[in-house]
Amino acid sequence: MTNRRSGPPKRRSGPPRQPMAIIAVCMLGVLVLLAVFAPVLWGEEAVAADPDAIALPPSGEHPLGTDKLGRDILLRTLVATRLSLVMAVAATLMGGCIGLALGALPAVLGTRAQRWFASVISTWLAFPVLLVAMLTVILLGPGTTTAVVALALTMTPSFARLAQTLSSRVGGSEYLAAARMLGVSRRRQFTRYVLPNIAEPVIVNVTTSIGGGLLALSSLSFLGVGVQPPDFDWGRLLSEGFGQVYNSPVAAIGPGVAVVFAGLAFSMLGESLAAQLRNREHGRALPPRRLGPAPVAERPARTPAETERAETEAAPLLDVDGLSVSFPGPDGWIRPVQDVSFRILPGEIVGVVGESGSGKSVTMMSIAQLAPAGAAVTARRLRFDGEDLTGRTPAEAGRVLGTRVGVVFQDSLTALNPALRVGTQLAEIPRVHGGAGRAKAHEMAVRALDDVRIPDAARRAQQFPHEFSGGMRQRALIAMSQIGSPSLIIADEPTTALDVTVQRRVLALLRRECAESGAAAIVVSHDVAVLAELCGRLLVMYAGRIVEDVDIALLATPERLAHPYTRALAASLPDLGTDRTKPLVTIPGEPPDLSRPVTGCAFAARCAFATDDCRTEVPVLTEHRHGGRVACRHPQDAMATDAAPGREEVGA
Amino acid sequence: MAELVIEDLVVTFGHRHRAFNAVDGVSLTVPHGTIVGLVGESGSGKSTVARTVAGLQRATSGRITLDGDDLLRTRGVDRRRRARDVQMIFQDPYSSLNPRMTVGETIEEALTTHGDLDGRRRAASVRELLDLVRLKPAVAGQYPSQISGGMRQRVAIARCLAVRPRLIVADEITSALDASVQGAVLNLIRDLQRELELSMIFITHNLAAVRYIADTTVVMSRGRVVEHGDSEEIVANPRQPYTRALVSAIPRIEHAGTDHLLRFADEEGLR
Repeated sequence: MTNRRSGPPKRRSGPPRQPMAIIAVCMLGVLVLLAVFAPVLWGEEAVAADPDAIALPPSGEHPLGTDKLGRDILLRTLVATRLSLVMAVAATLMGGCIGLALGALPAVLGTRAQRWFASVISTWLAFPVLLVAMLTVILLGPGTTTAVVALALTMTPSFARLAQTLSSRVGGSEYLAAARMLGVSRRRQFTRYVLPNIAEPVIVNVTTSIGGGLLALSSLSFLGVGVQPPDFDWGRLLSEGFGQVYNSPVAAIGPGVAVVFAGLAFSMLGESLAAQLRNREHGRALPPRRLGPAPVAERPARTPAETERAETEAAPLLDVDGLSVSFPGPDGWIRPVQDVSFRILPGEIVGVVGESGSGKSVTMMSIAQLAPAGAAVTARRLRFDGEDLTGRTPAEAGRVLGTRVGVVFQDSLTALNPALRVGTQLAEIPRVHGGAGRAKAHEMAVRALDDVRIPDAARRAQQFPHEFSGGMRQRALIAMSQIGSPSLIIADEPTTALDVTVQRRVLALLRRECAESGAAAIVVSHDVAVLAELCGRLLVMYAGRIVEDVDIALLATPERLAHPYTRALAASLPDLGTDRTKPLVTIPGEPPDLSRPVTGCAFAARCAFATDDCRTEVPVLTEHRHGGRVACRHPQDAMATDAAPGREEVGA
Repeated sequence: MAELVIEDLVVTFGHRHRAFNAVDGVSLTVPHGTIVGLVGESGSGKSTVARTVAGLQRATSGRITLDGDDLLRTRGVDRRRRARDVQMIFQDPYSSLNPRMTVGETIEEALTTHGDLDGRRRAASVRELLDLVRLKPAVAGQYPSQISGGMRQRVAIARCLAVRPRLIVADEITSALDASVQGAVLNLIRDLQRELELSMIFITHNLAAVRYIADTTVVMSRGRVVEHGDSEEIVANPRQPYTRALVSAIPRIEHAGTDHLLRFADEEGLR
């Protein structure tokens, strides 16, 4: 079924400038320099015993004092950097590689291998970390290699679980299925399909783990099962310094600080890598200070004629003028909805059609005060049932709307809480907004379910959403939107996920509910035929603006439609009478990328009738001779009488 | 291209008392160089038939042959040979392309798996394939996330054509696309089918699309074939009640401005 993406378009951002990343890289640089040069510069001095300077407290010559053999503790700490880091990195990489193989390989092997690998990982994870480490030490005897192996073995299962979780998503993906069907070898499936798609989170995790590994290795050495004399790492130094902690506490603090410093460096590096990945996925928005105020519609307020009409016309239920919705983006505001104006009369059913990214859902959800997080909604006028909603916070406006606006969402599975019984969820509304008692509210919920023809409503109310079929769930959502007796229903793609026969029942139900209760409705859909059956009026949106507002009956006679886009849309879908010998009508090109400003008419690039002024100036939505409104310099309905364009390609 | 014959195909999901037949004795033929439409609602088993033909799902019983070659036999069959028998185009081009490979690499992958072309000839083949699906050569350097849904589906079609399969299975290939792009993809499939004489199973829930694109249509419901015949004839004069219900449920632009839905609500006792 269709899975439409709405909301702001995503963009990649440039290189990040996070202070944390810079600090982490600097700290790591210091560590690497020390690891490379310290043993060369001070290696001999750090191991040379000096009988004249045994266990000295800190002094100018020995800033951290000396140990029991008279060796300088500061130099020893600096020299130990190499061994400590090499051990930590080696152990983590070893654990990472084994874990990756265990966790990710099954994605390209059969289901039996997957089960086998999964049980190995779970069993391994079940062993306590310390137990694994101790067993390794007992089996291999204490020493540097033992410590590294022990740590790698304790780290392996958690990396494996991570790789397993990530790669199972790739394993079930259609692109891997496609690769398998192409006959791509398993080795290539692993290296080109699985690994690149799980690499980033694994790398982040490994980096962060090096810090933890360093700490664990130091603990092993501190306990005496790790590095053995005459070798020394920070843990060993810590253990030696601990012996003289009463007369020279600095002796233990030096290596301790080194462990903390290195641990922090790796953790911070891992965190900033993770942050960079997040930003690349979602685009890093500019901070509010650089974004400036949210954009508002450029067009001046209503002309005197419009104002006059607005006042003489029957009072609208919903009056929207100059509505814009903007999102913070990497180069400033992204404007998926710009200067949208329309009115809904009581009892009217209005359809909103447009392609993905046209802003149709964002517009209607913003009016219902359900705009996505981060959205800035501005409007010259936004009145519902005579009450002004501009200047209120979404929460306040939401209270004004209360139960007078009901919303039907597209995906009934996510719109209903899976953990609550359907009846309980419906009863919530009269309980919260109407102050009804528990029994009364439940009774209302059952009646609402019965109203949408859900058989055996009393029993069904006791069931959970997953026990309902898709069509039943959508009906329950309609019941939910109806329960507060709203005067406006906003339905966002209410039947997109449904089969045609179920779709027709749900649409008929919605139509009947409106006819009986006198409620108005706004129905958002990408399918113009669905709206043709259901609605009385059609708003056509393209690239964030309304391009045509027209009586639905005109759809049956497409030559009377004015905007080239509406005409193409009405003609582009094959119906049961389409001439099979001719190619289908198509609209050339693609909708514009709204993350970049569009000059002029957004449809101009795909329009056969566009002239130069179309490309420079945005056409204004104005009253048109067909009784509605259109935003186009070259409306096509007049020409229809002398040269009726058939089903040939519009544009091209 | 070749003739596909499915005989009495059964696909069972689940075990013992919870088992049910998602596909329950389906037989159909796709003659050489024709498009057979497979329509039905969710749960009708049409996608399971497709996945079984494509080798992504095991059959419980029955036979599937392509010019007499048994497609259900998996042992001892070279996977590359099998790949040249059947290729599938998936519904959602957002998920059927590897996000970490450019369009060019994706198509090259299909080419190199099935022939040792040198670099220059491979690049030329990629250009040819992109041209075949009406895409510009510059698209080869872009990642799937940088192109639109319609373009992605064209890339998926090009990848499938790169293998020169004997049969193509197209599973709801237009339903994730925008209305203005759907028509273009349908046109493309029809043109390609004529140019290359493709044999194809075209699966969809959209009867209007299947009527436009398929020579013959098979209507499925609950794992069985309900009706089978000439596409135009099935839509114009459906014989079975189920097909009639499907056809009459299609929303139509001609109903604009009439109270068709309210009348339907009355008939169905929805008031």
